[in-house]
Amino acid sequence: MLFLLIRRGLRQHLVSTAVAVLLVALGMGLVVSVWVVRAQAEQSFTRSASGFDAVLGARGSKLQLVLNCLFHQEASPGNITADDFQQVKSLPMVDRAIPIVVGDNFRGVRLVGVSDDFFQNLEYAPGHVYSVDEGRPFQVGQKEAVVGSLAAHQLGWSLGTTFHPFHGLDYNPNAQHSEIFTVVGVLAPTSTPADRVIWVPLEGVQRLGGHDPAAFTDLSGVLIKFKPGAGAAGLMLDTRYNRQGKRLTLAWPVASILADLFAKFSWFESALQALAYMVAVVAGASVFSAVYSSMSARKRDLAILRALGAHRGFLIAAVLGESAGIGLLGCALGFGLYAAIASTVQEILRTHIGVLLEPWAWNPVLVWGPVLMLALSVAAGALPAWRAYRLSVADGLSPLS
Amino acid sequence: MDPTPALVIRDLFKSFPAPSGQRIEVLRIPQFELGAGQQVAIRGESGLGKTTLMHIIAGILEADSGFVAVGGTQVTGLSEAGRDRLRAERLGYVFQTFNLLQGLSALENVMLGLAFGRGADPKTAMEALERVGLAQRAHYLPRQLSTGQQQRVAVARALANRPCLILADEPTGNLDAARGRKIVQLLRDSASSLGSALLVASHDPDVLGSFEHVVDLAALNQVAPHEEEL
Repeated sequence: MLFLLIRRGLRQHLVSTAVAVLLVALGMGLVVSVWVVRAQAEQSFTRSASGFDAVLGARGSKLQLVLNCLFHQEASPGNITADDFQQVKSLPMVDRAIPIVVGDNFRGVRLVGVSDDFFQNLEYAPGHVYSVDEGRPFQVGQKEAVVGSLAAHQLGWSLGTTFHPFHGLDYNPNAQHSEIFTVVGVLAPTSTPADRVIWVPLEGVQRLGGHDPAAFTDLSGVLIKFKPGAGAAGLMLDTRYNRQGKRLTLAWPVASILADLFAKFSWFESALQALAYMVAVVAGASVFSAVYSSMSARKRDLAILRALGAHRGFLIAAVLGESAGIGLLGCALGFGLYAAIASTVQEILRTHIGVLLEPWAWNPVLVWGPVLMLALSVAAGALPAWRAYRLSVADGLSPLS
Repeated sequence: MDPTPALVIRDLFKSFPAPSGQRIEVLRIPQFELGAGQQVAIRGESGLGKTTLMHIIAGILEADSGFVAVGGTQVTGLSEAGRDRLRAERLGYVFQTFNLLQGLSALENVMLGLAFGRGADPKTAMEALERVGLAQRAHYLPRQLSTGQQQRVAVARALANRPCLILADEPTGNLDAARGRKIVQLLRDSASSLGSALLVASHDPDVLGSFEHVVDLAALNQVAPHEEEL
């Protein structure tokens, strides 16, 4: 009977109930979205560092190097020579060193020149190596391309597709190269930024028409993976390149550089958190308003319940049940809202950066978010419940005859 | 029949505080008794304290002093939880304004009469509705019923827990004469069939005329009526 009364009570004041439910949903959706998206974004960015420990590039910003070479964003801070690459590759603590060259695109999708090492048992995550799903890896010296899975989907490419690259990192229809490349493979999906670029042989980018012949062997950077157990390797190279040298920059450790990136946006995160909390408080106020007005309108009903033998505790349960009901409905809807927000952010990040969010991966806010909103809702019902508890049955049943 | 009287009142006294700070005496009833299954009407004009008396019997209001027992259970002196239980298990109450919950169907309103005592059983509630001839309207909301039908639902609710005493406070106050007569007859017949005692408070001559035993509240209550109440 209690649940029936709660259900009917909510239905009787449908408009105020619906507004309160929507606000709770908004509060919960925002709170969970802000926390999860932020945490997931940082985790996904770090995970998407593609299995490399460091990036070596021209003197400049470490963040710019990481974004350019690992996330295929931004421009390169400058070039390094083939000798620089050979030198770092020969160091005993370096397990893998992959040279990369950027500078061209096809309709906004980046061409990234790499050595064929890239397809040879290179792990982008523990137990996962870059591999070609359809076709085969490109051959060194040929105008061939392996396209990332997302890029293939975006461009509608398949094996055998041919294309003329465009000069520069940004698409300019008037800057098309005359060389024709052929797609010979599609990279197996990795959920990393590697999915959204076109992979070609180093020379494919270096020797395109219009590029400076004097810089044919120059590189944009080197992706470095240290040998297992070479714990001090990063520190040693950091000293060599960043402290003692003046020409090159070693971006290491990648995770810490990405953490710095997120720290730069912490003010924005704080603003979003404040907004989410404010919406949560407004939601609590709307639950209070809905339950309080519902209770006032049903003062007589509550008195009738008492006259029929309901004890005071039952009335408290009925009123708190209504506010909890609003909270529960709001939380259920809030999860839907969160799913919508997360999938939108997920799609934006996947398409533009190649980073894959996992919105339903465990995060404590998935529990404390709804618990917070539910607690707020129940707390908002406390005063109306107290009024119901104090209700004088005789007064509620008036007029007296 | 159970020899325990359905209602015993002795030396009942009730007063209310006036805005001036003084207390206004409302009821002073030395003695009143209603046998098990007995049906009595109390005659009284507005303001004489009929509802106050009904509320004290039901444990909704507390007496200042005196003794009230329903079916052998002393109401005065019971804790609030005890009085709640008494209303839930041993009393049926029919109000002038029906007091149905507008968001609940006829059947659910009758189930409320059971909910706090025997438990909300739809089958028993439906039987009570059948008794008042409203089984066909079980799922109607109060606003979809006529005033007479609403009062019949209220009667069914009061009868549902098979109380030892049914209190009816101006049960025909919101009904026309014909419907009023039918409701009173329904109350009397239903109370008889359940063996419940019936105490009806009214100032309606039609209602009073249908009872063999009519008690004048003015004679029963030793407090002189206050002018402003008349």
